[in-house]
Amino acid sequence: MMRYTLKRLGLSFVTVAIVATVVFFLTRVLPGDAAKRILGRDAEPEQLAALREQLGLTRPLLVQFGVWIGDLARGDLGDSIQYGMPVSEILLPAIGYSARLAGFAFALIVPVSILAGVVSALRRGRPIDRVITVGGLSTAVIPEFVWAVIFVLLFGVTLEWLPVTAFPDDPSAGTLEYLRHLLLPSLAILLVLFGYIARITRAGVIEALDADYTRTAVLKGLPMRTAVRRHVLRNALLPTIAVIASQIPYLIGGLVAVEIVFAYPGFGSVLLDAVSQRDYPMLQAAVMLTSVVIVAFQLVADLLFAVLNPRIRTAVAE
Amino acid sequence: MDAAAAGAEMRGAAAKAAIRAERFAALRRNSAFISGAAILGFWVLAAIFGRVLSPFDPEFIDLEATALPPDGTYWFGTDPLGRDVFSRVMFGSRQILVMAASATVLGTVVGVALGLTAGYFKGRLDLLLMRLLEAISAIPVIVVALVAIAALGGASVPLTIVIIGFVFSPIIARTVRAAVLAEAELDYVAAARLRTEGTRHILFREILPNVMGPIIVEFTVRLGYAIFAVATLSFLGVGIEPGSPNWGSQVAENWDNIFAGEWWATLAPATAIATLAVSVNLIADGLLEAFES
Repeated sequence: MMRYTLKRLGLSFVTVAIVATVVFFLTRVLPGDAAKRILGRDAEPEQLAALREQLGLTRPLLVQFGVWIGDLARGDLGDSIQYGMPVSEILLPAIGYSARLAGFAFALIVPVSILAGVVSALRRGRPIDRVITVGGLSTAVIPEFVWAVIFVLLFGVTLEWLPVTAFPDDPSAGTLEYLRHLLLPSLAILLVLFGYIARITRAGVIEALDADYTRTAVLKGLPMRTAVRRHVLRNALLPTIAVIASQIPYLIGGLVAVEIVFAYPGFGSVLLDAVSQRDYPMLQAAVMLTSVVIVAFQLVADLLFAVLNPRIRTAVAE
Repeated sequence: MDAAAAGAEMRGAAAKAAIRAERFAALRRNSAFISGAAILGFWVLAAIFGRVLSPFDPEFIDLEATALPPDGTYWFGTDPLGRDVFSRVMFGSRQILVMAASATVLGTVVGVALGLTAGYFKGRLDLLLMRLLEAISAIPVIVVALVAIAALGGASVPLTIVIIGFVFSPIIARTVRAAVLAEAELDYVAAARLRTEGTRHILFREILPNVMGPIIVEFTVRLGYAIFAVATLSFLGVGIEPGSPNWGSQVAENWDNIFAGEWWATLAPATAIATLAVSVNLIADGLLEAFES
């Protein structure tokens, strides 16, 4: 297991390093003169020179890259151009808010999708199976903001059941009130992600249902309900772990649009702001942190998968 | 080529034609596929003839008729500037279809080339491609697009197409690579090598036709994602020129009005996006079923 963990950790590191190179290329090399891009064509030469100095653009590219990587490794994300303060002071609180929204959405998505997948597999070929599999994949292709429009119109404006912003106006609102505000944005994300997770769960459950050990369990007289709980689910949920981790990038991507629709002060709003203001240090930090979070989740999922399934562990180590 | 080989080739061609006919028949029996194709067909027609078919000029501002609810004249109502929502939705199909289709074609061409070479030659190129894919999948598509648009300085349709195509290409390459890995082991590839055919002939004439199935399915699936991405980017107001007749921008422009009870100018383009996305998904589903059986 140790060898597998080290190997997997090394691969994650390589991935983050490639992302860092791509991000550096995109934000430092591609724009040409970043200072001119930020200040516009009519900028005074002195202003340009000062900004170049501030961004460290006067040094050779390779040195810039080295300095940037070194700062990142020490946790220094640089200074935001538009706010004139450290990126971390803006970005980290925003990520905190996004994490709450994403966490709540995830807490809804995972049980709902797994339940749907299991029901679908147990009722294979029946109408409910068709509805879940075809419906789940159809809702997944409709962008989050379209769902948001429909939900806000239906539950917010027409029925007036739920708030249409994700952030309570009253900052002293309790947890329950906060979660009520997060419900519509979470539902929009749920509809995009649930289809894949349900489909993989369904495939896993069907495979386990058809397996010899399930037949044996049923033939030796276990009630179907017990056989499903003890034998089928334990085996079927393994691939689901991997697919849930693979949905994290889509979850984070979906946050951007959802946060804009529901006026939520999270990572997506900061990112979009940074794009329109050409705040390159903020962009770099936002993308790097996103990729680190995603890679970390995938690493944890892979290790969890290996712990739960010794066959993978040994196969990879050899 | 001797007579026996020629005979075998003809039987092979006949068998292939039979498989193709069977797939086609299966697709025609698949009601989900048919409805998907019908909806997509409608939007393609709207994209081509939208201006002619629409009752009004999509850009015509009628200050006497602002924010009217749907009625017999204005089927989907008018927006706060007095423009006919139905005409704008019809015309708006053009940009999203052109952008999504071009990005997918670009991604597929690059992805197929990468996947064919990686799967056939394996080795270092393959390793590099897989690492690159992992790195790209560690950043959400929307985020990559946002950063690239910020870096290249702007809202331009061709740029957005290139970015989406670029992000898709390694994903398509992975599908093609997997299919090629299996095909490259088969006898006909070894036979072609023994006939001293060139690599290009083996890749494009021998292997490519045999992996067309997965490529077609992947193309349709990616087209769905491209619609998703284009719609989201235009809703966020990046990647297209401001004021473009685009469903995503139409939703964003009219978003605030739904709180004043003017829901039509937002709901109509939002529904249009949903129907287009679902239609492509139904087609992809039908193709997958036809190619798998």
